[in-house]
Amino acid sequence: MRSGVVIFPGSNCDRDMIVALRKITGKTPIKIWHKEYDIPNLDLIVIPGGFTFGDYLRCGALAARSPVITSIKNHISRGGTVLGVCNGFQILIEAKILPGSLIRNKKLLFTCRETTLEVQNCMKNPFLSGLKIGECLKIPVAHNEGNYFAPEDSLKQLKEEGRIALKYIKQNDNEKNYNPNGSTEDIAGILSNNGKVLGMMPHPERAINYLQGGTDGLKFLTNCVEQIIG
Amino acid sequence: MKVVVNVSLKEGVLDPEGQAIKSSLNNLGFEHCSDVRTGKQIILNLDKNSKTEVLKQAKKMCEELLVNTVIENYEINILKD
Repeated sequence: MRSGVVIFPGSNCDRDMIVALRKITGKTPIKIWHKEYDIPNLDLIVIPGGFTFGDYLRCGALAARSPVITSIKNHISRGGTVLGVCNGFQILIEAKILPGSLIRNKKLLFTCRETTLEVQNCMKNPFLSGLKIGECLKIPVAHNEGNYFAPEDSLKQLKEEGRIALKYIKQNDNEKNYNPNGSTEDIAGILSNNGKVLGMMPHPERAINYLQGGTDGLKFLTNCVEQIIG
Repeated sequence: MKVVVNVSLKEGVLDPEGQAIKSSLNNLGFEHCSDVRTGKQIILNLDKNSKTEVLKQAKKMCEELLVNTVIENYEINILKD
């Protein structure tokens, strides 16, 4: 599988994502600098986490206007697959590839901890289709602006089209802070209208080894790779 | 020509920073302060003389980059020299 990881000034999860994808595919993903207009045909493009352009103006706003975004939009229009993690999700939203907005965490705190995600009953997509509906994944988050917000009509459309892919879920009835940012309906990840683009706040590349506290991120990414290869 | 763009969060969009400021103001004794909304101001210097053209350009900038119209409103004013 041929994959690529996009790098902007201020990206900081690019290397972890490269390590994860190399571990799964056996091939090193190519690095794509944000000023590149021409990118080769790839099976998967990942926009990693970080603080692109220092989060100036709004998280992901300046990165979303970089030359590479035009190439990514072309890749998507050819039916290509894109995964955006954390700041990558914010960039996809700012580039209007995904709808809605990611606003400041409800409690005003930068949250860095493990969360439990539930795989939703959603449209066919290359990220979750190999996993069971209702399956739980323990994957950490680390962000300050991850509170998903969308106007009601847009939220209704997401639901009707089965585009809500991942939600934060309680592990027991007493758990109060299972949603780390106050996102609408506990949304952690959403899909594009063709299901080929996934934006998610949690970092699967940070859960690929027992030394990191878990391997559910590896399970998630391995499934993505398997689904894409087919 | 100098242009001031005021960006504010739309009604109904959570403003936790505003809420934190409100609670701090209340603690300082300003109990009458019932709501705080935050925003940002962007000052642009545009090398053009026509007011219509300046407003048109500033609006385009807002729509394309300066404002996230999903959650924010904006207001454009030309600064007098």
